[in-house]
Amino acid sequence: MSEEQAILTPGDEAELAAIIADAAAARRPLAVEGGGALRGLGRPLQAAATLSTRRLTGVTLYEPTELVVSARAGTPLAEVENLLAGERQRLAFEPPDWRALYGSDGVPTVGGVAAANLSGPRRITAGAARDSLIGLRFVDGRGEVVKNGGRVMKNVTGYDLVKFLAGSYGTLAVMSEVTFKVQPMPEVEATLVLQGLDDRRAIAALAAGLGSPYGVTGAAHVPAQNGTPARTLLRLDGFTASVDYRLGRLAEDLVDFGSAARIEAAPSAALWKSIRDLSVFASPAGVPVWRVSVRPGDGPSVAEAARKSFACRVLYDWGGGLVWIAGGDGPDAGASVIRPAARAAGGYATLARAPEPLRAANDVFDPPASALMALTRRLKDTFDPAGILNPGRMYAGV
Amino acid sequence: MSAIAMPLPDATIIARREEVAAGLRRILGDAHVIDAEDERRAYETDALTAYRAVPLAVALPSTTEEVAEVLAFLGALRVKVIPRGAGTSLSGGALPTEDAVVVGLGRMNRILSIDYDNRVARVQAGVTNINITNAVSGNGFFYAPDPSSQLACTIAGNIAMNSGGAHCLKYGVTTNNVLGLRIVLIDGTILDIGGDALDAPGLDLLGLVIGSEGQFGIVTEATVRILRGPEGARPMLMGFASAEAAGACVAAIIGSGIVPVAIEYMDRPAIKVCEAFAKAGYPLDVEALLIIEVEGSEGEIEDLIGRIRAIAAPFDPTATRVSRSEAESAAIWKGRKAAFGAMGRIADYICMDGVIPTGRLPEVLNGVAKIGERYGLAIANIFHAGDGNLHPLVLFNANDPVELHKAEDAGADILRLCVEVGGCLTGEHGVGVEKRELMVDQFDPVDLAAQMRVKSVFDPAWLLNPAKVFPLAGRPVPAA
Repeated sequence: MSEEQAILTPGDEAELAAIIADAAAARRPLAVEGGGALRGLGRPLQAAATLSTRRLTGVTLYEPTELVVSARAGTPLAEVENLLAGERQRLAFEPPDWRALYGSDGVPTVGGVAAANLSGPRRITAGAARDSLIGLRFVDGRGEVVKNGGRVMKNVTGYDLVKFLAGSYGTLAVMSEVTFKVQPMPEVEATLVLQGLDDRRAIAALAAGLGSPYGVTGAAHVPAQNGTPARTLLRLDGFTASVDYRLGRLAEDLVDFGSAARIEAAPSAALWKSIRDLSVFASPAGVPVWRVSVRPGDGPSVAEAARKSFACRVLYDWGGGLVWIAGGDGPDAGASVIRPAARAAGGYATLARAPEPLRAANDVFDPPASALMALTRRLKDTFDPAGILNPGRMYAGV
Repeated sequence: MSAIAMPLPDATIIARREEVAAGLRRILGDAHVIDAEDERRAYETDALTAYRAVPLAVALPSTTEEVAEVLAFLGALRVKVIPRGAGTSLSGGALPTEDAVVVGLGRMNRILSIDYDNRVARVQAGVTNINITNAVSGNGFFYAPDPSSQLACTIAGNIAMNSGGAHCLKYGVTTNNVLGLRIVLIDGTILDIGGDALDAPGLDLLGLVIGSEGQFGIVTEATVRILRGPEGARPMLMGFASAEAAGACVAAIIGSGIVPVAIEYMDRPAIKVCEAFAKAGYPLDVEALLIIEVEGSEGEIEDLIGRIRAIAAPFDPTATRVSRSEAESAAIWKGRKAAFGAMGRIADYICMDGVIPTGRLPEVLNGVAKIGERYGLAIANIFHAGDGNLHPLVLFNANDPVELHKAEDAGADILRLCVEVGGCLTGEHGVGVEKRELMVDQFDPVDLAAQMRVKSVFDPAWLLNPAKVFPLAGRPVPAA
């Protein structure tokens, strides 16, 4: 997409609805975005205009004792996180900031993390963005303003379109307001580190940690790289005395995996932020980055297959269930190696970052089986009958 | 006469009953089709017992493939289908109509695999909720959502209603604990949605199907997360002189950064009945009782209880008691979990399931009391205080048809009040038949139309559990 294209920036929900209704009537496709921080994620689009929610801003509700926050979709994520931090609260799903990864000067928004269902390391125990998202207002491809879910913690009234729209990348509707449940910030965090484990031993250690009663909230493995030994990381948080106790017990439980060191609060927070944001993959910028979601225990098999075929760097999160691979040769960016390996490991692979021609020539998201794809297309047609919202962002025509 | 109307059964389908039953027998064998009227009658209702209708037939498949054959057969004949797990729905989710076939999953109750390293279990959907936990508890694991009916209710039903439970404040509800499922559509198509990984590719069909009240298809298998349990857990009881004090105490605990694994609230009428039943040692001289459960090691539990005591002190708890033994903990929870059964010993009741912003609790309880007075009915309140899920039990005499009407009207007024203060009609029981006509109080027509279009994508002829969830008026014309 070139920058010269028109950018439509509605100032309220009614204006947003009018723009979409007009575009639907004219069958004029729109590239949908928040603050533009994720333009590099997904298949490239051909759209006459960009529709941005960047002017739909402002927190509309925050009740700390009810653990709930609502904001218009274009509200910068940082604004919401700062507001929560003022009450010692946070978003449970630890949303990443991928501006460095994509070399973007865009602004991460709350609508963007919801629409892309972006979750960080805490996803393993605290759930994904979709699990924290409890309410939505959105405009569908007909230009109709719809609400679903609400502002209370539990709600099974009608179908859960909230979860359905989380991770739909703006292909079904444009979110105008999002409501998240939030969680208290712990008093302290600390990380247990095991050194020098190979991938399989490391994932076994993480499985043991996640299968312990000690409340692990982060489970990552950074393989050896350029002489730096491998590090296997388990994060705990809570009240100080409790973290001290659990970290000690966890180290005892994992003694077969070697002696453990402890990383204290500030460096621990910095370390998990770098894992969350994939800081090590920011440069070189042209290298493809694969996001592989699999059965945790089978994560290493995907990395092995990739390493055999091309030079790459690997980072494991979610106890091995999320494998990040930076690398990938040829016109398919390594898809012919990574996708079958991911499938064999019970999961799938997303080409999370790649130069535009590679994302145009290859599936970015694993295409579902044919019956599921048919259902996907019928649902797309139902929400966006004119096919104007981010057409082709996920799959051809979707 | 019941207040909520069911659509008139289709006489042309009823006339073809023998043909339908014969077709089902061809697929499932004679033993697994219930045809005789007195046997079909066992399926005429669920836990919303005021509503009854004897179904056309009952099919009891044992495999996904049999479910697919049954649905393809019934779909082709345009026969309506009522999916049924254990029939414990409080909202009429499994209530049949006379022109519909009940498809029961009771025979599909096996646990297929347990994988501790990846912390998942694959189960057939007719397995009971408690049996998953029972299967993994020897290794210290559990399946988190714990509806009060967990001894009987099935995962299929939990998935249909997106069920919660007392402990979901910390661990989430069904949709947060299911990774994959196998679903059969009305044309017999078998789909695998999600999988073994934490996130699935493409649109979140898993999130869409969970909570769809059996209107999209029949779920036959599921991959659920199993979690390692804490080292220990302990409930404590605190009594308060007013709803205001108890509500403010809950807000103060959560505002302090502590999220206990459960915070349950009972008002005076509920305490009295539960204590008479469970002998849990609940204080009888308080207006409100909180059961707060914390988890961790012995030291962590002591520490958390100390913190909660300190936070609660300004609200003058009149009776505070911490469980000292496993037996005492079990008794405390027995009182709470058996509340519905206990209440049933003194009167018939309907159990409402609204959700409110927790800060509005005192005003909502006042409103509920006024509604009770207006209708001349006693109401006991049980409340998941941490997440705002309110269960008023409206007591009435089922042998008096006027009282049933009054109870239903009072319940509807309570739910409207929940919506008015920013909450919703149902937190974990589902809309079913019970709250179908109240949907217009929470949603605008355009909101409902967006949902109903999704129903039509999965089930164009509206054959699956059709008389539920959406008001009977204003529905799309089903595809021919």
